[in-house]
Amino acid sequence: MTVTPASYQEAAEALRTTAADGRRARVRGSGTRLHWGAPVEPPDVELSTDRLDAIVEHNAGDLTAVVQAGVPLARLRDELAAAGQMLALDPPGGGTVGGLFATADSGPLRHRHGAPRDLVLGMTVALSDGTLARSGGKVIKNVAGYDLAKLLTGSYGTLGAILEVAVRLHPVPRTTATAVGASEDPEAVARGAAELTHARIEAQCLDMAWAGGTGRVLARFAGAEAASPAADAARILEAAGLEAAIEDDDSAVWDRQRAGQRSSDGIVLRASGVQTQLPDQMRAARDAGGSLVGRAALGLSWIALPGTAGAAVVDIRRALAPAPCVMLDAPDEVRRQADVWGVGDSPAIDLMRRVKRRFDPAGACSPGVLVGGI
Amino acid sequence: MAQLLRQLERICGDDHVVTHPHALRTYESDGLLQYHVTPRIAVLPGTADEVREVVVACHGAGVPWVARGAGSGLSGGALPVEEGVLIVLTRLHRLLEVDLANQRVVVEPGVTNVAVSHAVAPTHFFPPDPSSQIVCSIGGNVAENSGGAHCFKYGFTTNYVTGLEVVLPDGGVVELGGKAVDLPGYDLVGAFVGSEGTLGVATKIVLRVIPRPEAVRTLVAFFDHTSEAGQTVSDIVGAGLVPGALEMMDRLSIEAAEGAVHAGYPPDAGAALIVELDGSGAECDARFDEVVSLCGRNGATGVRIAADDAERELIWKARKAAFAAMGRISPNYYVQDGVIPRTRLPEVLERIDELSREHGLRVANVFHAGDGNLHPLVCYDASVAGEPERAEELAGLIVAACVDAGGSITGEHGVGVDKKRYMPRMFGEGDLDAFQRLRCAFDPAGLANPGKVMPTPRLCGEVPGPYRQHPLEAAGVAERF
Repeated sequence: MTVTPASYQEAAEALRTTAADGRRARVRGSGTRLHWGAPVEPPDVELSTDRLDAIVEHNAGDLTAVVQAGVPLARLRDELAAAGQMLALDPPGGGTVGGLFATADSGPLRHRHGAPRDLVLGMTVALSDGTLARSGGKVIKNVAGYDLAKLLTGSYGTLGAILEVAVRLHPVPRTTATAVGASEDPEAVARGAAELTHARIEAQCLDMAWAGGTGRVLARFAGAEAASPAADAARILEAAGLEAAIEDDDSAVWDRQRAGQRSSDGIVLRASGVQTQLPDQMRAARDAGGSLVGRAALGLSWIALPGTAGAAVVDIRRALAPAPCVMLDAPDEVRRQADVWGVGDSPAIDLMRRVKRRFDPAGACSPGVLVGGI
Repeated sequence: MAQLLRQLERICGDDHVVTHPHALRTYESDGLLQYHVTPRIAVLPGTADEVREVVVACHGAGVPWVARGAGSGLSGGALPVEEGVLIVLTRLHRLLEVDLANQRVVVEPGVTNVAVSHAVAPTHFFPPDPSSQIVCSIGGNVAENSGGAHCFKYGFTTNYVTGLEVVLPDGGVVELGGKAVDLPGYDLVGAFVGSEGTLGVATKIVLRVIPRPEAVRTLVAFFDHTSEAGQTVSDIVGAGLVPGALEMMDRLSIEAAEGAVHAGYPPDAGAALIVELDGSGAECDARFDEVVSLCGRNGATGVRIAADDAERELIWKARKAAFAAMGRISPNYYVQDGVIPRTRLPEVLERIDELSREHGLRVANVFHAGDGNLHPLVCYDASVAGEPERAEELAGLIVAACVDAGGSITGEHGVGVDKKRYMPRMFGEGDLDAFQRLRCAFDPAGLANPGKVMPTPRLCGEVPGPYRQHPLEAAGVAERF
């Protein structure tokens, strides 16, 4: 059954009655990331955010916006761009604002501007007992009350339904330019990435990639004067032993990086490591016959494998342990056989269970989809 | 309590347990001196394991406790509980690891804020820079989610903490996050940072540091009126600039600061605006002229550009001295901390002027202009009957004006004990209920820093399981949530 509430009260009431009947609910935006998380039985009730699709406020002078969960990211991007502004989150694919915050997905802009957790200012959620709760605010600096918006960001709908978020915006830069360095030697690629990560340059994005026996480092600069720092970066890459070039028209380069975080028929693992593990991450991808895109300064990589390579997941996890490798995209049969989250129990996960029980004592909100069966 | 005292002495050694009333007075207030409570016991553990044992002992005895860092907080967040234990973390001041290759620093909570930047200099720095950074501790920064002058561009403490070791109020130890990001599960690091000591005590903190910007360009522009300085800020932001710092001072704060530090600010200026651009040299150069011309277009009576580090220091000296300098023009003052959407500045400043006149008390304004964080300094004389009360009322009305303008009751000082009564202005019953759920998940017995943040004492129900009456409930002290 699908319910499509038109107001926050209706959403809260739908969640309350579902929980009171002992049934399970799942919030749905446009469905682009609905298959992520541990595989669970289909929900009894699907709560669609289709009609919660208003951009409630765009305070251009304050660089903030208040947006309902069902707003498609593409529409928000267009509206903000008209004022020369952006929500500095660029995950691949489409999707809604609600889905983005529920999964804490991110793209290359994360290097400079942070993850959804870093740009969320406030949030309105419905809990499974019908409580409507707002936390944070709509100003960019605020420490009143607990930061529940961060708690709910990346909670995969297991604590309640995200209905509205207040976000910080950034100006769209006047110009961009990207320095690209290439090498067939993973060590050289890692060295180039490390040099740029530690250089006193201010990149907007700093990525690496490995595919088909070649690695690349990509550093994008943005601002009034992007060409000169991009040239500096190219020199640093050359000194590290890479072949460097500058792309002025760089959007295709970055679209490719984003696309590397997804696979329509294969497997994508997201490895959470540190910068010095990047060479290991590249080797693990190469040895498994896969490709990689990574955020060089974050130690975060997306490793894409063919859909038939389920067995390689175990090898990659072993090679990168104890860094968690979360399975995002994957064919159903792989997903069912593997441990999607890839980490064992811990006191932290037990504390997460306590949090879940307080927010959703009925266990109605997408039970089982998060790590540890939460 | 006597048994608990013996346990604490066994855990930390007699020398590190304070019970003498005179010695305890050291700890009766934090940076907000209006409030003072003498705790029953102050204990100074020397290791994370001793902290855990102290918390276990308190939990066993059912005694509430408050964790304290440097005691420089400005909301009474580290105010002791009379019948409780104060856990002083100053002895946990070890820098455990500087992992520059991964841009991480691991510290104990008593390490000072500035020590982190020193440890990674000259190539890197730790961006959150509260004005108390020479003394304030990282543990306190984590509890309060501290900001500073550079957060418009760089963000707050919460954006730079990737991992925590936390002793929970039942004595359990959890590792939240780590050096890596996007770990599976809830962002409990994000929930813990800024929780004001009510969810547990952090004994190990993993911080992210970043490369120092290549170039810094600083100027201070003077105006006849704050509205012109405010318009300049709007124009700078409207031009798509994100300065490292944007700081404003009004006439009274300039007068006080100049008297104290002689930074060369014109004493008759109505407003001073510090603008600092940092980043790539090319980018700074390209845009600094733009800032200068925006100042001129808005009627700046003078613009001083720092030619070197010494001149930059001098420009900042006046701003950094502003709070302490108020003592020169007023026997007492109260530092308020409120946030407004930046575009509402003119009307809120007008409202503050109006309130100041009505109460017959002077208010100086210091302002993190980029992010809308106002610090009105309410001047009063505690020796004049009725003035402290009038000052408190005035400070409260300023906060109300901030909330009415769509802002917040606190931008960086925290709620603590001082502002919990204003929480219902910002949050409804459902909102507070959701806060309490988080609190109960971490601290069902309500032992960690009770009486802070939440406007009324609440207890945690048992979830799941049968109802049991809490002793405080039976005594009518608190109501069940």
